[in-house]
Amino acid sequence: MRWETWSDFWFMGGYGLYVWGSMGMTALLLLLEIAQAHLAHRRALALVRAEQSLENP
Amino acid sequence: MTMRWFYYAAPQTFYGLAGRLWPWLAALALALTLAGLWVGFALAPADAQQGEGYRIIFVHVPASWMSMVIYLAMAFWAVLGLTFNTRLSGMMTRALAPTGAIFAFLSLWTGALWGKPMWGAWWVWDARLTSELVLFFLYLGYIALTSAIDDVRRADRAGALIAIVGAINVPIIYFSVKWWNTLHQGASVSITRSPSMAQMMLWGMLLMALAMWVYTLAIVCYRVRTLIIERERHTDWVKALPEVAGVKA
Repeated sequence: MRWETWSDFWFMGGYGLYVWGSMGMTALLLLLEIAQAHLAHRRALALVRAEQSLENP
Repeated sequence: MTMRWFYYAAPQTFYGLAGRLWPWLAALALALTLAGLWVGFALAPADAQQGEGYRIIFVHVPASWMSMVIYLAMAFWAVLGLTFNTRLSGMMTRALAPTGAIFAFLSLWTGALWGKPMWGAWWVWDARLTSELVLFFLYLGYIALTSAIDDVRRADRAGALIAIVGAINVPIIYFSVKWWNTLHQGASVSITRSPSMAQMMLWGMLLMALAMWVYTLAIVCYRVRTLIIERERHTDWVKALPEVAGVKA
Protein backbone atom coordinates (compact mmCIF):
# COMPACT_ATOMS: atom_id res chain seq x y z
CA MET A 1 0.00 0.00 0.00
CA ARG A 2 1.40 3.37 -1.01
CA TRP A 3 -0.39 5.61 1.48
CA GLU A 4 0.52 6.06 5.12
CA THR A 5 -2.71 7.78 6.13
CA TRP A 6 -6.10 8.58 4.61
CA SER A 7 -5.29 12.29 4.54
CA ASP A 8 -2.20 11.43 2.49
CA PHE A 9 -4.45 9.58 0.12
CA TRP A 10 -6.92 12.44 -0.27
CA PHE A 11 -4.12 15.00 -0.56
CA MET A 12 -2.61 13.08 -3.53
CA GLY A 13 0.73 14.84 -3.26
CA GLY A 14 -0.95 18.23 -3.75
CA TYR A 15 -2.97 17.14 -6.79
CA GLY A 16 -6.04 16.10 -4.77
CA LEU A 17 -8.38 18.63 -6.38
CA TYR A 18 -7.42 17.55 -9.89
CA VAL A 19 -7.29 13.79 -9.32
CA TRP A 20 -10.49 13.61 -7.24
CA GLY A 21 -12.21 16.12 -9.47
CA SER A 22 -11.59 13.72 -12.35
CA MET A 23 -12.56 10.56 -10.49
CA GLY A 24 -15.56 12.24 -8.88
CA MET A 25 -17.01 13.59 -12.11
CA THR A 26 -16.55 10.19 -13.77
CA ALA A 27 -18.32 8.40 -10.91
CA LEU A 28 -21.08 11.01 -10.80
CA LEU A 29 -21.86 10.94 -14.53
CA LEU A 30 -21.80 7.16 -14.79
CA LEU A 31 -24.09 6.80 -11.76
CA LEU A 32 -26.46 9.40 -13.22
CA GLU A 33 -26.42 7.54 -16.51
CA ILE A 34 -27.32 4.27 -14.78
CA ALA A 35 -30.13 5.94 -12.82
CA GLN A 36 -31.47 7.60 -15.96
CA ALA A 37 -31.39 4.34 -17.93
CA HIS A 38 -33.23 2.58 -15.11
CA LEU A 39 -35.94 5.26 -14.92
CA ALA A 40 -36.36 5.28 -18.69
CA HIS A 41 -36.83 1.51 -18.69
CA ARG A 42 -39.49 1.68 -15.99
CA ARG A 43 -41.25 4.49 -17.87
CA ALA A 44 -41.28 2.43 -21.06
CA LEU A 45 -42.79 -0.56 -19.26
CA ALA A 46 -45.39 1.69 -17.61
CA LEU A 47 -46.29 3.13 -21.01
CA VAL A 48 -46.92 -0.32 -22.50
CA ARG A 49 -49.04 -1.30 -19.50
CA ALA A 50 -51.06 1.92 -19.69
CA GLU A 51 -51.76 1.44 -23.39
CA GLN A 52 -52.73 -2.14 -22.76
CA SER A 53 -55.24 -1.30 -20.06
CA LEU A 54 -56.79 1.26 -22.42
CA GLU A 55 -57.21 -1.40 -25.10
CA ASN A 56 -58.77 -4.03 -22.86
CA PRO A 57 -60.00 -2.49 -19.63
CA MET B 1 -23.63 -18.26 -39.31
CA THR B 2 -25.16 -15.52 -41.43
CA MET B 3 -28.62 -16.78 -40.50
CA ARG B 4 -27.65 -16.68 -36.86
CA TRP B 5 -26.66 -13.00 -37.07
CA PHE B 6 -29.93 -12.04 -38.63
CA TYR B 7 -31.74 -14.13 -36.02
CA TYR B 8 -30.17 -12.10 -33.23
CA ALA B 9 -30.69 -8.86 -35.16
CA ALA B 10 -34.43 -9.30 -34.74
CA PRO B 11 -35.48 -7.00 -31.89
CA GLN B 12 -37.44 -9.75 -30.17
CA THR B 13 -34.51 -12.14 -29.90
CA PHE B 14 -32.02 -9.38 -29.15
CA TYR B 15 -34.23 -8.18 -26.30
CA GLY B 16 -33.88 -11.57 -24.64
CA LEU B 17 -30.17 -11.87 -25.38
CA ALA B 18 -29.37 -8.38 -24.06
CA GLY B 19 -31.52 -9.07 -21.01
CA ARG B 20 -29.49 -12.16 -20.19
CA LEU B 21 -26.15 -10.43 -20.91
CA TRP B 22 -26.34 -7.09 -19.11
CA PRO B 23 -26.30 -8.30 -15.47
CA TRP B 24 -23.13 -10.32 -16.12
CA LEU B 25 -21.50 -7.45 -18.00
CA ALA B 26 -22.42 -5.01 -15.22
CA ALA B 27 -20.92 -7.31 -12.57
CA LEU B 28 -17.77 -7.76 -14.65
CA ALA B 29 -17.47 -4.00 -15.20
CA LEU B 30 -17.73 -3.39 -11.45
CA ALA B 31 -15.09 -6.03 -10.70
CA LEU B 32 -12.74 -4.61 -13.35
CA THR B 33 -13.26 -1.06 -12.04
CA LEU B 34 -12.40 -2.10 -8.49
CA ALA B 35 -9.33 -4.01 -9.71
CA GLY B 36 -8.26 -1.06 -11.89
CA LEU B 37 -8.67 1.45 -9.07
CA TRP B 38 -6.74 -0.82 -6.73
CA VAL B 39 -3.85 -1.18 -9.15
CA GLY B 40 -3.99 2.51 -10.09
CA PHE B 41 -4.18 3.95 -6.58
CA ALA B 42 -2.71 1.33 -4.27
CA LEU B 43 -0.04 -0.42 -6.32
CA ALA B 44 1.16 2.01 -9.00
CA PRO B 45 3.92 4.34 -7.78
CA ALA B 46 4.10 8.10 -8.26
CA ASP B 47 5.40 9.34 -11.60
CA ALA B 48 8.95 10.67 -11.74
CA GLN B 49 7.89 13.99 -13.28
CA GLN B 50 4.21 14.46 -12.43
CA GLY B 51 4.13 12.99 -8.93
CA GLU B 52 0.66 11.76 -7.93
CA GLY B 53 -1.03 14.05 -10.46
CA TYR B 54 -0.55 11.61 -13.31
CA ARG B 55 -3.19 9.31 -11.77
CA ILE B 56 -5.81 11.21 -13.78
CA ILE B 57 -4.57 8.98 -16.60
CA PHE B 58 -6.60 6.08 -15.18
CA VAL B 59 -9.84 7.78 -16.27
CA HIS B 60 -8.62 10.25 -18.89
CA VAL B 61 -7.14 7.78 -21.38
CA PRO B 62 -9.87 5.09 -21.08
CA ALA B 63 -12.63 7.73 -21.37
CA SER B 64 -10.97 9.25 -24.43
CA TRP B 65 -10.55 5.86 -26.09
CA MET B 66 -14.19 4.98 -25.43
CA SER B 67 -15.41 8.31 -26.80
CA MET B 68 -13.74 7.42 -30.11
CA VAL B 69 -14.61 3.70 -30.12
CA ILE B 70 -18.29 4.40 -29.41
CA TYR B 71 -18.50 6.89 -32.26
CA LEU B 72 -17.03 4.31 -34.64
CA ALA B 73 -19.53 1.75 -33.33
CA MET B 74 -22.34 4.22 -34.05
CA ALA B 75 -21.03 4.73 -37.57
CA PHE B 76 -20.88 0.93 -38.01
CA TRP B 77 -24.52 0.49 -36.98
CA ALA B 78 -25.50 3.50 -39.08
CA VAL B 79 -23.98 1.90 -42.20
CA LEU B 80 -25.77 -1.38 -41.41
CA GLY B 81 -29.00 0.52 -40.88
CA LEU B 82 -28.78 2.37 -44.18
CA THR B 83 -27.78 -0.69 -46.23
CA PHE B 84 -29.92 -3.46 -44.72
CA ASN B 85 -32.63 -1.29 -43.18
CA THR B 86 -32.73 -3.48 -40.08
CA ARG B 87 -34.79 -2.23 -37.16
CA LEU B 88 -32.13 -2.97 -34.58
CA SER B 89 -29.45 -0.74 -36.18
CA GLY B 90 -31.16 2.54 -35.42
CA MET B 91 -31.83 1.47 -31.86
CA MET B 92 -28.20 0.43 -31.33
CA THR B 93 -26.93 3.74 -32.70
CA ARG B 94 -29.22 5.63 -30.36
CA ALA B 95 -28.40 3.45 -27.38
CA LEU B 96 -24.69 4.17 -27.86
CA ALA B 97 -24.92 7.96 -28.21
CA PRO B 98 -25.51 9.06 -24.58
CA THR B 99 -22.63 6.93 -23.29
CA GLY B 100 -20.35 8.26 -26.01
CA ALA B 101 -21.31 11.84 -25.16
CA ILE B 102 -20.56 11.21 -21.49
CA PHE B 103 -17.13 9.75 -22.26
CA ALA B 104 -16.31 12.63 -24.64
CA PHE B 105 -17.26 15.10 -21.92
CA LEU B 106 -15.21 13.17 -19.34
CA SER B 107 -12.25 13.20 -21.70
CA LEU B 108 -12.45 17.00 -21.88
CA TRP B 109 -13.19 17.44 -18.17
CA THR B 110 -10.36 15.20 -16.92
CA GLY B 111 -8.09 16.67 -19.58
CA ALA B 112 -8.77 20.17 -18.24
CA LEU B 113 -8.07 19.00 -14.70
CA TRP B 114 -4.84 17.46 -15.89
CA GLY B 115 -3.84 20.39 -18.09
CA LYS B 116 -4.19 22.99 -15.35
CA PRO B 117 -1.48 21.66 -13.00
CA MET B 118 0.83 20.33 -15.74
CA TRP B 119 0.53 22.93 -18.53
CA GLY B 120 -0.83 25.81 -16.48
CA ALA B 121 -3.97 26.02 -18.61
CA TRP B 122 -7.42 24.38 -18.39
CA TRP B 123 -7.80 24.61 -22.11
CA VAL B 124 -5.75 25.36 -25.22
CA TRP B 125 -7.00 25.42 -28.80
CA ASP B 126 -4.64 22.76 -30.05
CA ALA B 127 -5.52 20.03 -32.55
CA ARG B 128 -6.07 17.18 -30.08
CA LEU B 129 -8.29 19.14 -27.71
CA THR B 130 -10.23 20.90 -30.43
CA SER B 131 -10.98 17.71 -32.39
CA GLU B 132 -12.16 16.01 -29.18
CA LEU B 133 -14.43 19.00 -28.53
CA VAL B 134 -15.81 18.58 -32.07
CA LEU B 135 -16.49 14.92 -31.23
CA PHE B 136 -18.46 15.99 -28.13
CA PHE B 137 -20.52 18.38 -30.28
CA LEU B 138 -21.11 15.63 -32.85
CA TYR B 139 -22.60 13.47 -30.08
CA LEU B 140 -24.79 16.34 -28.91
CA GLY B 141 -25.81 17.07 -32.50
CA TYR B 142 -26.74 13.43 -33.06
CA ILE B 143 -28.83 13.32 -29.88
CA ALA B 144 -30.53 16.66 -30.60
CA LEU B 145 -31.32 15.77 -34.21
CA THR B 146 -32.69 12.29 -33.54
CA SER B 147 -34.85 13.49 -30.67
CA ALA B 148 -36.19 16.45 -32.69
CA ILE B 149 -37.63 14.29 -35.48
CA ASP B 150 -40.86 12.52 -34.52
CA ASP B 151 -40.85 9.89 -37.26
CA VAL B 152 -38.52 7.24 -35.83
CA ARG B 153 -37.31 5.83 -39.15
CA ARG B 154 -36.58 9.29 -40.56
CA ALA B 155 -34.82 10.30 -37.35
CA ASP B 156 -32.67 7.17 -37.57
CA ARG B 157 -31.67 7.92 -41.16
CA ALA B 158 -30.83 11.55 -40.42
CA GLY B 159 -28.83 10.48 -37.36
CA ALA B 160 -27.03 7.82 -39.40
CA LEU B 161 -25.74 10.55 -41.69
CA ILE B 162 -24.24 12.49 -38.76
CA ALA B 163 -22.74 9.27 -37.39
CA ILE B 164 -21.12 8.34 -40.71
CA VAL B 165 -19.90 11.78 -41.78
CA GLY B 166 -18.68 12.61 -38.27
CA ALA B 167 -16.63 9.40 -38.13
CA ILE B 168 -14.02 11.22 -40.27
CA ASN B 169 -13.21 13.16 -37.11
CA VAL B 170 -12.12 10.05 -35.17
CA PRO B 171 -8.85 9.38 -37.04
CA ILE B 172 -8.23 13.14 -36.95
CA ILE B 173 -8.38 13.03 -33.14
CA TYR B 174 -6.21 9.94 -33.00
CA PHE B 175 -3.46 11.18 -35.31
CA SER B 176 -3.69 14.87 -34.33
CA VAL B 177 -0.67 14.59 -32.06
CA LYS B 178 1.39 13.35 -35.02
CA TRP B 179 -0.02 15.56 -37.75
CA TRP B 180 0.16 18.83 -35.88
CA ASN B 181 2.52 20.32 -33.38
CA THR B 182 0.30 20.10 -30.32
CA LEU B 183 0.70 20.84 -26.65
CA HIS B 184 -0.96 17.49 -25.95
CA GLN B 185 1.97 15.11 -25.68
CA GLY B 186 1.86 11.65 -27.16
CA ALA B 187 3.00 9.92 -24.00
CA SER B 188 3.28 12.11 -20.91
CA VAL B 189 4.04 9.25 -18.56
CA SER B 190 7.52 7.83 -18.76
CA ILE B 191 6.57 4.20 -19.04
CA THR B 192 10.12 3.06 -19.74
CA ARG B 193 11.66 4.67 -16.67
CA SER B 194 11.63 1.55 -14.54
CA PRO B 195 10.13 -1.81 -15.44
CA SER B 196 8.07 -2.35 -12.27
CA MET B 197 6.62 1.16 -12.36
CA ALA B 198 5.83 0.85 -16.03
CA GLN B 199 3.94 -2.37 -15.51
CA MET B 200 1.69 -1.18 -12.71
CA MET B 201 0.79 2.10 -14.44
CA LEU B 202 0.07 0.28 -17.65
CA TRP B 203 -1.96 -2.43 -15.93
CA GLY B 204 -4.02 0.14 -14.06
CA MET B 205 -4.79 1.96 -17.27
CA LEU B 206 -5.60 -1.19 -19.22
CA LEU B 207 -7.86 -2.52 -16.47
CA MET B 208 -9.76 0.77 -16.37
CA ALA B 209 -10.03 0.78 -20.16
CA LEU B 210 -11.40 -2.76 -20.10
CA ALA B 211 -13.81 -1.78 -17.30
CA MET B 212 -15.18 1.08 -19.41
CA TRP B 213 -15.51 -1.20 -22.44
CA VAL B 214 -17.56 -3.71 -20.47
CA TYR B 215 -19.54 -0.92 -18.78
CA THR B 216 -20.44 0.43 -22.22
CA LEU B 217 -21.57 -3.01 -23.40
CA ALA B 218 -23.69 -3.40 -20.25
CA ILE B 219 -25.39 0.02 -20.39
CA VAL B 220 -26.00 -0.29 -24.14
CA CYS B 221 -27.58 -3.74 -23.68
CA TYR B 222 -29.75 -2.21 -20.98
CA ARG B 223 -30.70 0.90 -22.93
CA VAL B 224 -31.43 -0.87 -26.20
CA ARG B 225 -34.06 -2.98 -24.39
CA THR B 226 -35.85 0.21 -23.36
CA LEU B 227 -35.82 1.40 -26.97
CA ILE B 228 -37.06 -1.99 -28.20
CA ILE B 229 -40.00 -1.87 -25.78
CA GLU B 230 -40.88 1.69 -26.81
CA ARG B 231 -40.73 0.99 -30.52
CA GLU B 232 -42.26 -2.49 -30.54
CA ARG B 233 -44.90 -1.84 -27.90
CA HIS B 234 -47.78 -2.54 -30.28
CA THR B 235 -46.55 -6.04 -31.07
CA ASP B 236 -47.94 -9.11 -29.38
CA TRP B 237 -44.59 -10.29 -28.08
CA VAL B 238 -44.00 -7.10 -26.09
CA LYS B 239 -47.52 -7.22 -24.66
CA ALA B 240 -46.90 -10.85 -23.63
CA LEU B 241 -43.61 -10.11 -21.85
CA PRO B 242 -43.71 -11.18 -18.20
CA GLU B 243 -42.41 -7.78 -17.08
CA VAL B 244 -45.34 -6.17 -18.91
CA ALA B 245 -48.15 -8.64 -18.41
CA GLY B 246 -47.00 -10.04 -15.08
CA VAL B 247 -47.34 -6.89 -12.99
CA LYS B 248 -50.84 -6.09 -14.25
CA ALA B 249 -53.24 -6.98 -11.45
